[in-house]
Amino acid sequence: MTMLLNHASHGDGIGYSFAQPTAAPVQQHSFYPYTDNGGSTLGITGSDFAILAGDTRSTSGYNINSRMAPKVFKIGGDDETGEGAQIVLSVVGFAADGNALKERLDNIVKMYKYKHGKPMSVSACAQRLSTILYEKRFFPITYTRFWEGKGALYSYDPVGSYEREQCRAAGAASSLITPFLDNQVNFKNQYVPGSGEGHALEPKKAEPLSRSTAEGLVRDAFTSAVERHIEVGDYLQLVTITKDGIEEAFQPLKKD
Amino acid sequence: MPGFDFSNYNRNAALHAKGVPLPKATSTGTTIVGCIYDKGVVIAADTRATVGPIVADKNCEKLHYIAPKIWCAGAGTAADTEFTTALISSNIELHSLSTGRDPRVITCMTMLKQHLFRYQGHIGAYLVVAGVDPTGVGLYTVHAHGSTDKLPYVTMGSGSLAAMSVFESTWQPDLDREGAISLCAEAIKAGIFNDLGSGSNVDVCVIEKDKPTQLLRNYEKPNPRGEKERNYRFPKGTTAWLNQRVISKEDMKKYVTIETLSGDGNLAVGEQMDVDV
Amino acid sequence: MDHFPGTWGRPRNDVYGAYDHSYLHTTGPKTHTSSPAVTGTSVIGVKFNGGVVLATDNLASYGSLARFTDVKRLRTFGENAVVGFGGDVSDMQYIDRLLESMDIRENYSSHGNMLNAKNLHTYLAKVFYKRRSEFNPLWNHVLVAGFDGEGKPFLSSADLLGTTFSGPHLATGFGAHLAVPILRRLFPEERPIEDISKEEAVSALKDCLKVLFYRDARSIDKYSIAVITKDGIDLKEDEQIENQSWAFAERIKGYGAQTK
Repeated sequence: MTMLLNHASHGDGIGYSFAQPTAAPVQQHSFYPYTDNGGSTLGITGSDFAILAGDTRSTSGYNINSRMAPKVFKIGGDDETGEGAQIVLSVVGFAADGNALKERLDNIVKMYKYKHGKPMSVSACAQRLSTILYEKRFFPITYTRFWEGKGALYSYDPVGSYEREQCRAAGAASSLITPFLDNQVNFKNQYVPGSGEGHALEPKKAEPLSRSTAEGLVRDAFTSAVERHIEVGDYLQLVTITKDGIEEAFQPLKKD
Repeated sequence: MPGFDFSNYNRNAALHAKGVPLPKATSTGTTIVGCIYDKGVVIAADTRATVGPIVADKNCEKLHYIAPKIWCAGAGTAADTEFTTALISSNIELHSLSTGRDPRVITCMTMLKQHLFRYQGHIGAYLVVAGVDPTGVGLYTVHAHGSTDKLPYVTMGSGSLAAMSVFESTWQPDLDREGAISLCAEAIKAGIFNDLGSGSNVDVCVIEKDKPTQLLRNYEKPNPRGEKERNYRFPKGTTAWLNQRVISKEDMKKYVTIETLSGDGNLAVGEQMDVDV
Repeated sequence: MDHFPGTWGRPRNDVYGAYDHSYLHTTGPKTHTSSPAVTGTSVIGVKFNGGVVLATDNLASYGSLARFTDVKRLRTFGENAVVGFGGDVSDMQYIDRLLESMDIRENYSSHGNMLNAKNLHTYLAKVFYKRRSEFNPLWNHVLVAGFDGEGKPFLSSADLLGTTFSGPHLATGFGAHLAVPILRRLFPEERPIEDISKEEAVSALKDCLKVLFYRDARSIDKYSIAVITKDGIDLKEDEQIENQSWAFAERIKGYGAQTK
């Protein structure tokens, strides 16, 4: 009887019980709002051109979602095809964020032209993109991205820190491509043969690259990245921006 | 004391608890398959070895020798497949010498499963065992935890589903030698092109009664290396140096024996590497 | 005598522990779907000359239980667009209601429903992306099939994160592992869609469904298939997988030494 009266206070700590111990940590299934769709991008600028290139593979885990999912986008064009655009954006990492970002920036650049009657300048657009990214400081739009237009190349981190650069590799194979660019674009670790003895030996000076050299470097960077990174492959999308407009070309890469 | 050395276990557990990551082992992604036909059995594998998303070896060998007529395809941790198959191969040889009979596939499979079961999955070897013995043709899979299976066609590794899709849609009960080889090669190619963990070339091994075993290394090479557009030879003197010391051949001869080889032909021992010229 | 009617018929507290009231608690942080409950498996689709085929099986699983065996996971929208749903079935039904209300609204408008499959896909991808950004995802992976604005066959995918991609043949869930390799073998990239006939596409999908039934433990041999052409949608929802082959099973005896 006493036991029954105590019913209300029966809470926890019964000695004789089939109840499971509740000390075990609460199992939590949580939703992770990001995924990595792999791929790599690379940008190089010269004196009168800029190249932005990326592979077209979209991955999830060990699967290939699509062999043709381009990640270099034209921004602020006159129609759906991006005709008349002078700015190019590329995003690697989480493709859904990349698409949303592309559409936002595209709208902004188009609205600017509509409101002001002139195209947005590259530097203004670069600053605006930084602001868009920082707006989401506490729910970042994932991964590195960069974009460019008319011979200028800017690269960004997920929360909006940005810098104008001569060349930059981003995405899955960036750690493979960056040292190659350091050596072949900025001639790091290269010296002029016979220019001096010991410390007097002169480092090879970087000069603006010609367009054909830069395109060759981009293609070689990707054929190499494909050999050693499993998430890079299928096709290379090579977009070149000059004062005459945007040229876009695709070429096959390895598909394994 | 035979077996593994666990003396660092407590130290490593303490380090891991403090946040030191475990060392990464090579290769988890792979496609391996096996298929029996009227007179024998074929096993095949891709040749990519990975460390995370990086390709560690573009042309590795995943088909391991156990006995002249028993071969094994390995997926999972590269070192585990290598050492486990080597150990069983050695024991099979001793067993065969002591009994004076040809080794049997089922003996090999049983030794593998008992070895792997003892280590409760910590030895990450996922194997396809195939061979021909006096009792007939054998084809088995062995999982790291020690379970086995016996089927007319099997696949394993991260590309196992891609490879299995080929078997499930095109396999027929009455295959001949050529049919089985090409079916296995197709299955491996499905893995190579659809699974990121698998890639490069197709290796095949054909085992048949009363015929020497054929290891068809790089039976197909569907992924030739991309040609480079530019030349990356550096002029002599590009690399900086602070001092130099020249050691002549005559000096070296004081310490070691030197044999001069003629410069032409493929004299390198082992496999030739793919290099830019 | 127990004087507390509330405890009558309950397992004894001293034996089984106190009743767990936690599910009645309405305080604490608000929670959203963090894992799906009743789910559908793969959706597969192929483009062909003049249209698209889409197929799913008719099973809704509750964990490993084959709970509902006649669930229609292909939903039509307008004259020639179809959505195939994988993932959570309740979220599918919510999206279906969303699409139905949009269809009705469009039909009442002066221009009628002019939304094509491409528009529908854009809409769904944005719904998914918005919900994932609110940390309240709709737990689905869908394929949208039909035609784009230029009247070309359209096939594209969208998932719970808002990720999208398209291709000549696509599959979600287990189909991404098992069906896509088959489809890529049958219809390699070199082969243009114009070369693929409707019959070929349909038979390819039937092959894929069969392989999925063999190897996907959350699948069933009853399926729905939708053929979308300019003439409209030919939707069959009560099909049976045929020509199964279990020939290999005859020679299997055990997993090792067993011979009978």
